[in-house]
Amino acid sequence: MTAASETYYEKRGLIGTLGRDGLIQIILVANTFIMLAPIVIMVFSAFKTNMEIFQSPFSLPDFSNVTNFVKIWTQTNFLRYLLNSFIVTGASMACILTLGTMAAYAIARYEFFGASFILMFFLAGLTLPLKLAIIPLFMLMRDLGILNNQLSLIAVYTAMGLPTTVFIMTGFIRTLPNELEDAARMDGASEARIMWSIMLPLVRPAMVIAGIQNVVPIWNDFFFPLVFIQNDRLKTLPQGLTTFMGEYTTDWGVLFSGLTLSAAPIIIIYIVLSRQFISGMTSGAIK
Amino acid sequence: MARLSLRGIKKRFRTTDVLHGIDLEIGDREFVVFVGPSGCGKSTLLRLIAGLDPISEGSFFLNGQQMNEVPPSRRGIAMVFQSYALYPHMDVYENMAFGARLMGLSRAEVEARIAEAARMLRLEEYLKRKPRELSGGQRQRVAIARALVRKPEVFLLDEPLSNLDAALRSDVRLEIARLHRQIGGTMIYVTHDQVEAMTLADRIVVMNLGRIEQVGTPRELYETPANTFVATFIGSPKMALIDVTRDGDTIGVAGGGSQKLGRLPAADAEAFKVGVRPDALTLRRGEGEGLAATVVYTEYLGDNAFVYARLADGTQVSVRTAPGETYDPDEKVNLTIAAETAHFFSAADGRRMAA
Repeated sequence: MTAASETYYEKRGLIGTLGRDGLIQIILVANTFIMLAPIVIMVFSAFKTNMEIFQSPFSLPDFSNVTNFVKIWTQTNFLRYLLNSFIVTGASMACILTLGTMAAYAIARYEFFGASFILMFFLAGLTLPLKLAIIPLFMLMRDLGILNNQLSLIAVYTAMGLPTTVFIMTGFIRTLPNELEDAARMDGASEARIMWSIMLPLVRPAMVIAGIQNVVPIWNDFFFPLVFIQNDRLKTLPQGLTTFMGEYTTDWGVLFSGLTLSAAPIIIIYIVLSRQFISGMTSGAIK
Repeated sequence: MARLSLRGIKKRFRTTDVLHGIDLEIGDREFVVFVGPSGCGKSTLLRLIAGLDPISEGSFFLNGQQMNEVPPSRRGIAMVFQSYALYPHMDVYENMAFGARLMGLSRAEVEARIAEAARMLRLEEYLKRKPRELSGGQRQRVAIARALVRKPEVFLLDEPLSNLDAALRSDVRLEIARLHRQIGGTMIYVTHDQVEAMTLADRIVVMNLGRIEQVGTPRELYETPANTFVATFIGSPKMALIDVTRDGDTIGVAGGGSQKLGRLPAADAEAFKVGVRPDALTLRRGEGEGLAATVVYTEYLGDNAFVYARLADGTQVSVRTAPGETYDPDEKVNLTIAAETAHFFSAADGRRMAA
């Protein structure tokens, strides 16, 4: 077996291996450039004046020149928008992860009539473009009296995030050994305690995936705040940044510094959570 | 004190019946082994006793108290799972402490119990390790220690050795026997391995297809199996069942010789089969008086050898022989049955027949 595979590699030869791997490398490197270029240009432009942006868009800026950042921090509502985005995204994520995990745990673990139907019902949410329902949603929020209120956004985002979360979490919880819960039951743990002390630590990798999956679109969402929120004090970042477009049409540097600052938390969360994502959390549980 | 009493226990999953009425009394400090082939319902029965699955019909009493509706943690029962089911995110100490804390014990008591369990199972140096950093045998010991910490009256062990390699298996087997002597609780042990059953049990419960086939000491099961299932399940190599015709005190195999047998069921009894273990047969080369057979192959085991041979009607039998003797495949041999060690079973329903 080993001998056979060795000869196989010898036959393919060095050039063949290099040629194929090299091509993959070139494609990957090119892809990295294409992906990173807009972000890099955004960060660069944040340190430039309007003049510099148009004269030499790709040149390295003077990173000590932070006037744009000072300006956006002190002369605009940026902080307010940032705070609003944190509130809306944070509350939505909390709702999505709590409700999604609980729903997924019930669907994955308890045998009851209609369990698969409920899962299908959640999955059906994946196929619905929520924006199509914007007019009924608007009327619903109006009748509930939460128009121009961040609750409307949190409700819509939670509904948006639940299908993927339930889908990811159900699949993951089903792979966890049943005997762990049985052991906890023998130990005298209540269902809530099993969920909290045993399952939650184990499903964390899946929660991170579900979290990353949902946090980016919610943080970046422009459409729903645009429709639901008119009060400037309640606006989220993407929506708030568009007001700069009007006010500072000429000042691209400030807009780019706003974009950079608004992208920063998400990128940091992404990096932190990726580290948290440790596969093989359950190794050692069984066998 | 722990006396278990199972009365007419049935278990149904949706429409499939898994257990068809189990009646069993288990005494204090007894070591009972449930043994049977896969799917015979032995693990299901254990889970019913643990309280992890509801009992469909019948009652389960522990020390005279009905336990059907009592939650698992209030039954005074601890269980060691086949997969160990250690909490992977907790270290060994926390694994043991989890259940003890939920019992509402004081911190000092929890610590004392863990220290004792760790000492008994030689886990002191591993208390701060996570399960994934332990070997299979160590994980197994942690699982047992975790059960021990709760000081239960009844221990349930669900195939605890099936994930260990053969060498470790006999070590842990000894360990379990030692523990049982030391702590003296009632132990119920599920396995499909008859060696484990024979070596550990005070009493063995042989199960098949959701029914108890026989309950008895290892010796009773080996020497007086109640039916052909128990007869062939206990003992290795397994007992051969030979279809025979009877003529007075002579039995014959279709197309392959006959033998006089000094001990037979009553003359007017129904048709029967003769059950013979490897020790009950004497093998001689060539054709002769007894039952004619052809050697299939020989199994050399060092201190023993087993010759597998086929009778004229195709029944395969095994014979224990001296390890020095070799027999070639296809060699003609003849076999004689020792009357005093032969078993007789009804040809119709497999029940044991008196002789």
